[in-house]
Amino acid sequence: MASGNTILQFSPSSTNLSAKIHPIVLFNICDSFLRRQDQAERVIGTLLGSISADGTVDIRNSYCVPHNESSDQVAVDIEYHHSMLVSHQRVNPKEVIVGWYSTGSGVSGGSALIHEFYSREVANPVHLTVDTGFSSGEASIKAYVGVNLSVGDRQLAAQFQEVPLDLRMLEAERVGFDILKKTTVDKLPNDLEGVEASMERLIVLIDEVYKYVDDVVEGRIPTDNSIGKYLADTVASIPRMSPAAFDKLFNDSLQDLLLVLYLGSLTRTQLGLAEKLNTAAQIL
Amino acid sequence: MANNMVRSFRDIAATQEVASPLRVVQIDGLVILKIIKHCKEFMPSLVTGQLLGLDVGSCLEVTNCFPFPSREEDEEIEADGANYQLEMMRCLREVNVDNNTVGWYQSTYMGSFQTVELIETFMNYQENIKRCVCIIYDPQRSSQGVLALKALKLSDSFMDLYRYNNFSGEKLREKNLSWVDIFEEIPVKVSNSALVSAFMTELEADAPVSQCDYDRLVLSTNPFMERNLEFLVECMDDLSMEQQKFQFYYRNLSRQQAQQQAWLQKRRAENKARKDAGEDPLPEEDPSNPIFKPVPEPSRLDSFLITNQISNYCNQINGYILYRWVYTLSLPIKGHVYVCRFMYGDEKTCPFVRACFRPVTKKDSEHWRSQQDRKIGML
Repeated sequence: MASGNTILQFSPSSTNLSAKIHPIVLFNICDSFLRRQDQAERVIGTLLGSISADGTVDIRNSYCVPHNESSDQVAVDIEYHHSMLVSHQRVNPKEVIVGWYSTGSGVSGGSALIHEFYSREVANPVHLTVDTGFSSGEASIKAYVGVNLSVGDRQLAAQFQEVPLDLRMLEAERVGFDILKKTTVDKLPNDLEGVEASMERLIVLIDEVYKYVDDVVEGRIPTDNSIGKYLADTVASIPRMSPAAFDKLFNDSLQDLLLVLYLGSLTRTQLGLAEKLNTAAQIL
Repeated sequence: MANNMVRSFRDIAATQEVASPLRVVQIDGLVILKIIKHCKEFMPSLVTGQLLGLDVGSCLEVTNCFPFPSREEDEEIEADGANYQLEMMRCLREVNVDNNTVGWYQSTYMGSFQTVELIETFMNYQENIKRCVCIIYDPQRSSQGVLALKALKLSDSFMDLYRYNNFSGEKLREKNLSWVDIFEEIPVKVSNSALVSAFMTELEADAPVSQCDYDRLVLSTNPFMERNLEFLVECMDDLSMEQQKFQFYYRNLSRQQAQQQAWLQKRRAENKARKDAGEDPLPEEDPSNPIFKPVPEPSRLDSFLITNQISNYCNQINGYILYRWVYTLSLPIKGHVYVCRFMYGDEKTCPFVRACFRPVTKKDSEHWRSQQDRKIGML
């Protein structure tokens, strides 16, 4: 019988850990997967970012690292990894290694070895898998942390524990999904088209709210206090003023805009005129 | 036979020499995101980076890019920068990224990029690569929900002139070059791999409004316009300085010509006297005399650039106002939410004032229509 002090134990699991991934990382991973070596099954790479105090890992950048994989061993180009890291840190020293990524679904045997390598680079690295083959029929991106299963001082196995992953689509939204979703976009949208699209969306939303309010008033939909409160807050966020005051304010600001517009047009006309005069004067 | 072969290869080489003009720049979504990330993270300071890609026919494909570390004055560090660039290119090549330089990107502040430095950088690049492009990204403007990304190149005729540093009025007239012709904007296409496209389609958040909509509909955007106007005024000052230079030049020139005339008359009178006395006449020119030294004509490059800059600001202001106009019209008015779908007049007569205007009642609509007519009439 064992002497009682052999306890099977998990190293302290960090359950409050979560990861945020920015779309640029996804784009980068997809690109490096498409440009992988001939016959390579998957690509791996380093994830850069920062870890905030509450344990959230913010994955902001990545680069691909060449590697070789056979059935029982993995060779990672460590030199490449380091020189790339140095280069990236020269640009942005605030971004440090936070983990590594691999394409393909789930964790494979070689992953444990690579994870061990990254554990030496940074404590508790995050492992991100991107299923580029869509093997489960959907886009699955998962993040894991490694948990060591050890008996006393002896390490038995490594376990990958999934952690919640948050896709930060804010940047992508700023650029516009229309641009990032299609395979080719012939023209960048200009300001006016953008604002028109936004207005149209706003109109639809307001119509929806109108309809909802009407339905509630007429008793077709049960009342929901929280929505009502939210709507009231929204309406109250606009300062209430008399129609006359509003008209004045509105028209004043419109006048200002028109004046500036006039100024701008005048300047442009002057430039055109100067150009003409210039050439005319030179011909003489 | 063999001779034939050689000739045909040479023919091919010769035909390829005539490059088709650059029509379009095709940028990967990845590159756009990378540029935005880099420019935004260092926002108050301006940053640059290198574009990598392929030159295919009339289309320049930009498939990757990498940022340059922020510039430092030290010379030693500058050499280090070159090393960094080589190292980065080598590393990227190892993972099969296209490693041909096709240009560079840089961030700008309110579109104030038309500088001599930009032209110099462009000329440097142009020396090494036949076709290159500069992508300008404006993070400030982009925070308003516009993707302010532009691909620029210098026009060929301008480059010819710049190479000989010849910006006198005569040369410019000869080449028929005006300030509009310095920069050429190239249309931008965006491409994404099918893989990325699949991921984005799957992962797109189905929120009814995106961040971009919020950015566009923010009301407190006057500071932006104010700054734009400030810059415009500064440019105007610069332009008037340039004009003063020219006035000074012309004044000098006319004074010199007057002096020359006076001298010539004197010399002619003298010659006449000498002829009467039977002596040989003196030459009617004297290169050693300082009044015959040509007055150097100031270069027009600066004034061209300033003019370009002014026109850029004007465009920005105009665009911005139309933009504001569209959505101030849809503000809540008199307690109602006037969400409007209003085509001002005919689309053909006023293509850009396609404001959304859908008033609640017909009377309101007519009232608004007449007011708008009045305002637009003032323009």
